[in-house]
Amino acid sequence: MSEKQQLTFKDYKSDAEVRWCPGCGDIAILKAVQTAFAEMDIPKEKFAVISGIGCSSRFPYYMDTYGFHTIHGRAGAIASGVKTANPDLSVWQITGDGDALAIGGNHFIHEIRRNIDVNVLLFNNQIYGLTKGQYSPTSLFGQKTKTSPYGTVEAPFNPGSLSIGAGATFFARGIDVNVKDNVEILLEMEKHKGISIFEILQNCVIFNDGAHSYFTDRENKADRQLLVKHGEPMIFGKDNDKGLVLDDEYRLKVVNIGENGITKNDILIHDAHNTSPILHFELAELKEPVVLGVIRSVNKVSYHEAVYEQIEQVQATAKNKSMDDLLSSGSTWVVE
Amino acid sequence: METKKPIIEKEHVVIKFTGDSGDGMQLTGHQFSDTSALMGNEVVTFPDYPAEIRAPKGTIGGVSGFQLNIGKDEVRTPGDFVDVLVAMNPAALKANRQWLKAGGTLIVDIDAFTEKNLNKVECVNPFDNDDLDGVQIIKAPMTKMVQEALVDSGLDNKSILRSRNMVALGIAYWLFQRDLSYTEDYLREKFSKKPEVAQANIDAVKAGYNFGENLQYIRSYKVNRAFITPGTYRNINGNLATAWGLLAAAEKANLPLFLGSYPITPASEILQEISNRKDLGAVSFQAEDEIAGIATSIGASFAGHFACTSTSGPGLALKSEAVNLAIIAELPLVIVDVQRGGPSTGLPTKPEQSDLLQALWGRNGASPIPVIAASTPSDCFEYAFNAGKIAVENMTPVLLLTDGFIANGSQPWKIASMKDLPEIKPRFVKEGKENYFPYERIEGTMVREWAVPGMKNYEHRIGGLEKMAVTGGVSYEPLNHEVMTFERAKKIADIAEQIPEQQVYGKNKGKLLIIGWGGTFGHIYTAYNELLEEGVEVSYTHFNYINPLPKNTEDIFKNFDKILICEMNEGQFLKYLRTEFPQYNYKQYNKIQGYPFTISELKTAIKQNLED
Ligand code: SF4
Repeated sequence: MSEKQQLTFKDYKSDAEVRWCPGCGDIAILKAVQTAFAEMDIPKEKFAVISGIGCSSRFPYYMDTYGFHTIHGRAGAIASGVKTANPDLSVWQITGDGDALAIGGNHFIHEIRRNIDVNVLLFNNQIYGLTKGQYSPTSLFGQKTKTSPYGTVEAPFNPGSLSIGAGATFFARGIDVNVKDNVEILLEMEKHKGISIFEILQNCVIFNDGAHSYFTDRENKADRQLLVKHGEPMIFGKDNDKGLVLDDEYRLKVVNIGENGITKNDILIHDAHNTSPILHFELAELKEPVVLGVIRSVNKVSYHEAVYEQIEQVQATAKNKSMDDLLSSGSTWVVE
Repeated sequence: METKKPIIEKEHVVIKFTGDSGDGMQLTGHQFSDTSALMGNEVVTFPDYPAEIRAPKGTIGGVSGFQLNIGKDEVRTPGDFVDVLVAMNPAALKANRQWLKAGGTLIVDIDAFTEKNLNKVECVNPFDNDDLDGVQIIKAPMTKMVQEALVDSGLDNKSILRSRNMVALGIAYWLFQRDLSYTEDYLREKFSKKPEVAQANIDAVKAGYNFGENLQYIRSYKVNRAFITPGTYRNINGNLATAWGLLAAAEKANLPLFLGSYPITPASEILQEISNRKDLGAVSFQAEDEIAGIATSIGASFAGHFACTSTSGPGLALKSEAVNLAIIAELPLVIVDVQRGGPSTGLPTKPEQSDLLQALWGRNGASPIPVIAASTPSDCFEYAFNAGKIAVENMTPVLLLTDGFIANGSQPWKIASMKDLPEIKPRFVKEGKENYFPYERIEGTMVREWAVPGMKNYEHRIGGLEKMAVTGGVSYEPLNHEVMTFERAKKIADIAEQIPEQQVYGKNKGKLLIIGWGGTFGHIYTAYNELLEEGVEVSYTHFNYINPLPKNTEDIFKNFDKILICEMNEGQFLKYLRTEFPQYNYKQYNKIQGYPFTISELKTAIKQNLED
């Protein structure tokens, strides 16, 4: 079709040398994004990659697109400005757990509330990497870090339930090294109109190695992860014998298929498009299994659509068509 | 029997409407000022209102005022002392008595001077003693009058009482023989959906006017028409003029306007006006906080818009890190700071010029930025426009300083015409350029070319980390940082070539040069003129371009024995000038009371400095 389709992930590599620590989860994410961009039917010059501050925020330098490495916490607000000014662009915000949920928390919830049509990649490594190992708003309660030598006394945010609680129209979760799954999610994000939040569980090999290994280890992952797909039953486990049902209190519960008369037909079908956020919220909060994939994806008018629709409406009947009209509008008088 | 009533003929009259903040004094004052302007007077206004939206009724803290100066020739300030004071209650009188001139006129709603209201402000009845001797007093039973006049209006008592201010306006109109038709039209338009309310207000104005007609022994005022340059005029306040100046610059640059902002006194009106300008395609973004206000604007600038943000001192403090991002990224942006009294929340509704040093230096690292200050309500248009032009043509954020005094004050303005404004040329990179480098300087300038997302083949990365000269890659090289620091500084210093030379009123050589900057122009200029008439020889120069300073600044300074800097802060412009040109003999005159200078105090200060 277009020349676009001949591009490969290599075309999205910039000349800048990748400076992340060897083994850092960011490297696999970069590969997934470059691959996904090459697959999208968007001319290269229309991508804008906006980041804040942190290890993950070096990302734009490694992408051969328009990029803006901004200031700590503010990527959400800056990306909101970019998208609102030029809705034609495909805007990608790269951020981390500290950048988005601590210093930038306010912008994060408000870009969600407004349903700004940006795609947010939230690299969650549960630590401050760039500043060398202080606890973050997603570090576990009691976690020992440089600034919590006796363990933190703070409860962590769950980025999923936080986003969904703030009204996110799209939330997905993935693991850094699952490049193939992540590419799929990235492609879905691009199609989604309105904000898409993608929490990527990312391993910081230096300061928080193995933070996610409880459910990412080879031996356990099948039993501790659930990859949801819209319209499919929420089944997981090495032998595909576990699933989710609702208990008497309408809470999600893990059951074993074949036990207590439970069959595959009893397992809940994932409905990412359900406008009610209640189940999505619970899915995001589940600890075991950790739910991956697109948890929520619903339609709602995005911010720029509403902005420009209003402008068009006003302009249709407006008296002032230009600055000169405005300057001489209202009460004026002539001195001769 | 028709007796010809005595008339006081004056060149200037200062009128102040005062009442409770719920009494509608701002509207009353605006009506009087618009009508006076339409009748050919020069007018300058100054609203003076409390920070609390609803301070307790009848208390000094809740007094709201609107002062205006009308005249037959150049009027530059709202005036110091008041010829005619309208006081709707004892609190208003108590708070403003000190400003009423001996021999002036006082109009009160006598119905409001009850024992209860007097007690609220711990005040004896001012009409029982000699405190108001020599003052012409009009005791109007405004409350009763409005109740009688509107008895058949169909409105309830509370709504009727709301029109009390219109009775006061009517009396003031009579006192100055003003035409009522402008206000009648205004009320019909404002209440077009509630004709009964419109009529009630018109009846109240007329009741006041007729009350005046029947007064005995009261001298009315006459202020002749001013000589005004022919043209089409409108009244404009500084905030509106600022918003329009930005819109005009965007139109000239052929760029869509984006304003990201957060409500803050006294700057909110700029955000409100831009939000109203969807007819011109302006995009306003009411952000979640001050930082997001500027951050969204920086995003819009990155995307190729004419971007601006508006705030006041506390908001500027919050924005400072983001200002630096725009500085290092070299993106165009206009930041408007409508200054108010500080520090911290300070005096939100009162003017001060104390953000100057913050504007110049209040950021981390070496962060040069052009600073421009408007000096009158209407020239906010010109300076906002020029701020936009400098930002876009030099790829830099620009700080525009106004203040609560000129932002809320209004004056007639000869409407600008777009064709008379200079061109604004964005520095977009030309199509087909090979090897675009984001930090390559356009030949003969320090300005980089602008490639915005969507332009093919110019994909590049910018950001807050130090950039390699020319290529724009991240660079931690020691020498490169020094080079870039100087490049950024030179870019701003070069703007001196683009701004007008500094003008001097009076002789270019002499004993004393008076200096002002920003919103104090009206007061200092009037004081200077009055001194001139008295034969006092001084010269005056007023700064609008603060950084860089006009290139002839030093040439002016060196011809004077002494330089007196008058500013509404503790001496910030003085500090700045001492840093730039340390060798001159500087003196200072400062006022930090949340009120503008008075002309008389300025004259005294200037004379003292001449004598010393
Ligand atoms: S510190 Fe951690 S997050 Fe940062 S680059 Fe190294 S491994 Fe990655």
